[in-house]
Amino acid sequence: MNTDNRYLWNHKDLLDVSALSQEDVLHLLDLAQSFQEINSRPVKKVPTLKGKTVILFFVENSTRTKTSFDVAAKRLSADTFSLAKSGSSLNKGESLKDTALTLQAVSPDIIVIRHSSSGAAEYIANLLPCSIVNGGDGWHAHPTQALLDAYALRSVWGSDFSGKTLLILGDIEHSRVARSNIFLLQLLGAKVRLCGPRTLLPRQVDFWGCEIFSDLDQAVEDTDAIMCLRLQLERQEAGLLPMLSEYSKRYCLTEKRLARANKGAVVLHPGPMNRGWEIASDVADSEQCLVLDQVSAGVAVRMAVLYLLGTRNN
Amino acid sequence: MKFCLTNARYLDSAVDVLVENDRIVTMLPHGKGPSDVEQVDANGLVLLPALTDCHVHFRDPGFEYKEDIDTGLEAASRGGFGSIICMPNTSPTNDSAAVTRYMLEKAARTHPYGPRLFPAAAATPGLKCEGLSPLAELKEAGCVCVTNDGRPMSNTELMRRAMEYAWDLGLRFTDHCEDRELAPGYLMNEGEVSAKLGVMGQPVVGEAIQVARDVMLSEYLDIPVHIAHVSCAMAVDVIRHAKERGVKVTAETCTHYLMLDETELLGYNTLAKVNPPLRTARDRECLRKAVKEGVIDIIVTDHAPHAEYEKNTTLDLAPNGFIGLELSLPLVWELVRESVLNEADVVRLMAVRPNEIFNLPCNRFNPGDPADFILFDPDEEWVVARENLFSKSCNTPYLGKTLKGRVKHHWQGGRQLF
Repeated sequence: MNTDNRYLWNHKDLLDVSALSQEDVLHLLDLAQSFQEINSRPVKKVPTLKGKTVILFFVENSTRTKTSFDVAAKRLSADTFSLAKSGSSLNKGESLKDTALTLQAVSPDIIVIRHSSSGAAEYIANLLPCSIVNGGDGWHAHPTQALLDAYALRSVWGSDFSGKTLLILGDIEHSRVARSNIFLLQLLGAKVRLCGPRTLLPRQVDFWGCEIFSDLDQAVEDTDAIMCLRLQLERQEAGLLPMLSEYSKRYCLTEKRLARANKGAVVLHPGPMNRGWEIASDVADSEQCLVLDQVSAGVAVRMAVLYLLGTRNN
Repeated sequence: MKFCLTNARYLDSAVDVLVENDRIVTMLPHGKGPSDVEQVDANGLVLLPALTDCHVHFRDPGFEYKEDIDTGLEAASRGGFGSIICMPNTSPTNDSAAVTRYMLEKAARTHPYGPRLFPAAAATPGLKCEGLSPLAELKEAGCVCVTNDGRPMSNTELMRRAMEYAWDLGLRFTDHCEDRELAPGYLMNEGEVSAKLGVMGQPVVGEAIQVARDVMLSEYLDIPVHIAHVSCAMAVDVIRHAKERGVKVTAETCTHYLMLDETELLGYNTLAKVNPPLRTARDRECLRKAVKEGVIDIIVTDHAPHAEYEKNTTLDLAPNGFIGLELSLPLVWELVRESVLNEADVVRLMAVRPNEIFNLPCNRFNPGDPADFILFDPDEEWVVARENLFSKSCNTPYLGKTLKGRVKHHWQGGRQLF
């Protein structure tokens, strides 16, 4: 296993992919690949982060991201502690500042935070000396999701993304997954398209350098990958959409629509999926769908992230 | 009591000003002032009439931990303001003569010689937009205008009746223009920065649409209306067109909309969170042009103090607002240095026009005018820091920055405050 940390990793925190250079990303993905090998061993554990403490501070609900970080940290022999909103004093009205300072007082090496407020990870990163990993903040960023998506695509496309076109489909406006992926995949050389109803796109998206579509059939043409985003029911309640049946009629990725994409095109979804809303059930179960590869890539990528931050001062 | 202020610089001329008791006797070219009275040497500092700020929040009664009438008036005095209009969103709201009298009595106690505090009456009890406050009673107690402050009057019928009822009493309606149903829960301007940060933004149309309604009401009723804190080019256009066809609309913008833009929010800077939000550089340029041309009549601060801990949180939880009383003149003077405005514009925008619009005492340095004036050193540099501010709060995006220009002396009614 290659855990060569001679690469100069200059980041105290991982708040968003936009802070990373292309070189940083490639190094991180290479490292993740070497950790992936551990995950297929009978004994899936290395002592690399023994004695290090990782706190999983998940103020917003999450099962897969939290579990993925927990598994990643444990496979590196770090000690992990979980704190959810319901079990913390945030429920008693304690401010995020005071909760964060309390966590720092138990001397963690890394805090992984998931929070419903955009900017929450940056806020506590500015406050605390330990490393902060953004496990998703509001609509803003979800860097490890973008990294694991890039990892999953790399296993199909190889390391050269130039000439590849990825379509992100659905609720772009409220999606941290979309924001982080747009940046990262463009950084790696891919072209990114966005497709969704106008009500789920930011008003001025032209500065993102993406092609914008409102018609899914057109959007799918000549793409090499399609990333479906989870549709939140509350968007309909807020009047951004009419009935869900109309949404799925226009924006559900079906076999028929997928057939318009390039040969060998793959499908991603950050999960959890709403089968029949944004992704047809048969597409979700097809061989082109990388959802489970994304989940296993998630553990390897998060091991790489925790490793780089956890050994930063060694 | 009589004295002669000598060697002051007023609109690029060296002048002497003769003062007797609380009044200006005359302003003369430097050297022509009488020498047989007490001489006060201005040492060539810039002379301005004491400024008027028609939009401040003093938080008293109810939120005295942010600011109170004593610290607020001291900040006003040090910033060069001789008259201020206090918004009614206190607790209790200033919707009854009792609250108005409390404010005036406290001001008279803490600052008997000024600056002068003028309360604005809440248009509706508790600012709840359910019927009208007793505006005649409020006027009699000392209120000088009517507003529903930060709670926009979305009910146009109620807005019409408030304007009509208030104008019968000679009170102008100041309206905070915002369509609250458009982008509910926004944290900043809708645009490139909000898209990048992943937070909800307010489109400029959310402001302009209510400005348009107000000028149409004003035109239909032939009753003046005053538009509070204009922040965007779209609202300026609405006001410009209305003025061109003779609508009796007046408008203010804040110092910060002339100086800053939405990029201040990058990094989720809660100190840059304000309502209306900081807009784009293009809006800022448009507002600079509008104050120069008089489309926007006056500059205010919208001084809105908050405790340090309230701003020290995530962007969604941080309250809106900046302090401004002690920063406004130095910042506006940046525009004089950049030749966007001249000194006469500053006098017009920050003293003469505000006093005209709200019928407040006004010093134009004519014989018999109130002797309210300040001496300003445009070159003194100072750091915006807790220890250099008289306000109780220091929530401003300028915190830690160096500003150029400071008020050195302030006279109200012929009496030197400092």
